[in-house]
Amino acid sequence: MPPKNYEILPKTSETGEPIGELLEISMGPHHPSTHGVFRMDLVLDGETVVKLKPVFGYLHRNHEKIAENISYLGSMPYTDRLDYFCSMTNNWAYALTVEKLAGLPVPERAEYIRVIMAELTRLQNHTCLIGFFVQDMGALGTPLMYAFREREKILDLFESVSGARMMCNYMRFGGVRCDVTPDWLAQAKQLVDGYGKFLDEFEALFTENEILLARTQGVGVLPRELVVSASITGPMLRAAGVNYDVRKVDKYGIYGRFDFKVPLGEHGDIYDRYMVRVLEMRESLKILQQALRDIPSGPVMDPKAKLRGFRPKAGEAYGRIEAPKGELGFYLISDGSPNPFRYRVRPPSFINLTVLEDMCLGHRISDTVVILGSVDIVLGEVDR
Amino acid sequence: MTNSSTLQHSNTPTLHSAVDEGLRSELQKQGVYTTTLEELYNWGRANSVWPLTFGLACCAIEMIAASMSRFDLARFGAEVFRPSPRQADLMIVAGTVTKKMAPLVVRLYNQMPEPKYVIAMGACAISGGPFKQGYNVLKGIDRYLPVDVSIPGCPPRPEALIHAIMTLQEKILNQKLTGPDRPRHLNADAPGEFPVPAYGEHDLEPPSNPDVWQPPAIKR
Amino acid sequence: METPEQIKPRLEAAVPGAKIDVLPNDCPAGERSLLVDPAHVLAVAKFLRDDPQLRLDFCSNVTGVDWPDIVVKSKFKKTVVVDGVESEIEETIETLRSGYLECVYHLYSMELKHGPVVLRQRTVNRDHEAPAVSLTPVWRGCEFQEREVYDLYGIRLEGHPDLRRILMWDGFKGFPMRKDYVPPDDFEYEPTPHDEVLEQAKKHYPPEVKA
Repeated sequence: MPPKNYEILPKTSETGEPIGELLEISMGPHHPSTHGVFRMDLVLDGETVVKLKPVFGYLHRNHEKIAENISYLGSMPYTDRLDYFCSMTNNWAYALTVEKLAGLPVPERAEYIRVIMAELTRLQNHTCLIGFFVQDMGALGTPLMYAFREREKILDLFESVSGARMMCNYMRFGGVRCDVTPDWLAQAKQLVDGYGKFLDEFEALFTENEILLARTQGVGVLPRELVVSASITGPMLRAAGVNYDVRKVDKYGIYGRFDFKVPLGEHGDIYDRYMVRVLEMRESLKILQQALRDIPSGPVMDPKAKLRGFRPKAGEAYGRIEAPKGELGFYLISDGSPNPFRYRVRPPSFINLTVLEDMCLGHRISDTVVILGSVDIVLGEVDR
Repeated sequence: MTNSSTLQHSNTPTLHSAVDEGLRSELQKQGVYTTTLEELYNWGRANSVWPLTFGLACCAIEMIAASMSRFDLARFGAEVFRPSPRQADLMIVAGTVTKKMAPLVVRLYNQMPEPKYVIAMGACAISGGPFKQGYNVLKGIDRYLPVDVSIPGCPPRPEALIHAIMTLQEKILNQKLTGPDRPRHLNADAPGEFPVPAYGEHDLEPPSNPDVWQPPAIKR
Repeated sequence: METPEQIKPRLEAAVPGAKIDVLPNDCPAGERSLLVDPAHVLAVAKFLRDDPQLRLDFCSNVTGVDWPDIVVKSKFKKTVVVDGVESEIEETIETLRSGYLECVYHLYSMELKHGPVVLRQRTVNRDHEAPAVSLTPVWRGCEFQEREVYDLYGIRLEGHPDLRRILMWDGFKGFPMRKDYVPPDDFEYEPTPHDEVLEQAKKHYPPEVKA
């Protein structure tokens, strides 16, 4: 499908008279509903969006350049700050790529711990996202309060194992930094057992809510051909009915062992994206229950793994995982020195914004806010 | 009714009053409350600080967490986050200020009405933090704006933000309304607006505001 | 999934005149890549997307790489006859490999669920806005990532519908991700300067200013 709407709209009519009805506004970078320092240049006809240009770079903090000047391990804390909701999955994606580049094995127990951490991250990301997204529709405060209540419980688990609430810096090349205690596993099990009830409560609030249905069904529709061509990944892709989940396709880590389904949408509208996320959380709970049941004992770090003076052989690798927002990839080129020669992050939420204009055209300006909320962006990852 | 000063916990904002403490407590026992106009004015301002809904990066999430159920910033009168700078008194610079964003931060600050305060939340807002080497990262918002309270941490915990708000309340409570140290909004000579930097070819122009910030003198 | 060596002859048959090399990758990941000349990369990309055995409909990652000029030392052995006796000596030849910029594309197939195929194109030199060919007409997902390549590496991608700076502001000069980019000197005092920071500190605080 060819890209559309690149032509700058004529400011004058064919006879040379200025067109008065179009209004050009800049939304952001400081705007309460733009999820960070993101800016949209909108052209409106009345209240209808006729053109939308996203403007990036207000949080471009040079992650890639800094990473090329420090050691491999030194970049690990920086990956936390990419998508600051999901530091655990960012760590994993980076560790996975370096392991691929250097051919490092990962012990069994560490693989289980990684799965547990990643799925807990998915739970808290999707919960908070739904809270923010309902807030964009006008439900100020309350849904977000529920979401953050549950998030704090998961953050407590992260904090007790890694020492930090948000910036966990927990994974290492060839394992994880420290082992979890049996007590921690029992607490995680208790949280997982109780989470289904919270989801029921959350769904009772929203899933059949009249306002939510009216604002989301048939809004921001993405056709199937466009999503594939525009490299959309994650829940947005699956809401359009494309069955592509990196956990199933690549079976990285030990995801091949777990029994879980990939929820798919049918219409590709905002409501399907919401529903896919809710169902994905329920599948995450299934994975967590299996992982917490089967976790073996053993070391959590490969004994041969070298943290200091780590110099992989010259070569390159591209590793990717299914992060809560989509396919998070790292591309590393090594020239045999302690620093990566090229370090690249493939940010899912940045690429998912490619189709923002296609989704918003023809809708009202108030819908753009909800559509942007349904994309699930975090600016730390969009601008890096 | 007990004396309010004996109830004060060591962490609550302390007020250095102009009225004699002994006389005040004696009168309070009789049911007579004394205060000065300055104290009353500052007491009102300190307990209704309205921050600007203004998140830049990771720290913004901790700022949201601080206003949510567990940490409940409402206990300090500072939960009324205002999306418009015209209605806010406190700018919490929560996150990395990039060079592309810095002129807009200064412009937002200029749009806020006096009296206004700035909290630099997190290592990035203080000095550039972990991203200090970046070509697009401003090495601290204090290069352009007067910062009242800095919170170290990456990101600071919500408790740290609460402590910063209490520190700011203490600062407000002890401001003198007259004399050379009076706050900016009562001083016609003090600048209420700060120059907005422009985008240059490689860096912001000027790279810092010399009236606000000078590089520290080195001691060897 | 076909290996790059298997794809190469099929590509050469489908796109006549295309110069295609398979670049080695010695690390354990072993992802070899297809290097295509910019004149034919668009046709090659279309073939990779539409070929029924490959169906690489998902362009996951697009990035630039800067390879500056380097001196390549290559050793080789040669036999010389010294005083009638044949002996083997090792000689080192230093050749200057001139630098270039590179665009790397990681392609997957959502339909057939395989991948990745790594596609590369190189510019001739590291000039300001060295030209290459945009693949946005083939995969729309390249759009923003190619703008980023232009912004940070200065590769002018011909055929891109909207090639502007994306992360830095308009009016910014230079391409910051290039290896020889010099960042603006907005140094600030540090208590324990060392290495590069110490050099900068000396510039900002001359030694005579001893307090």
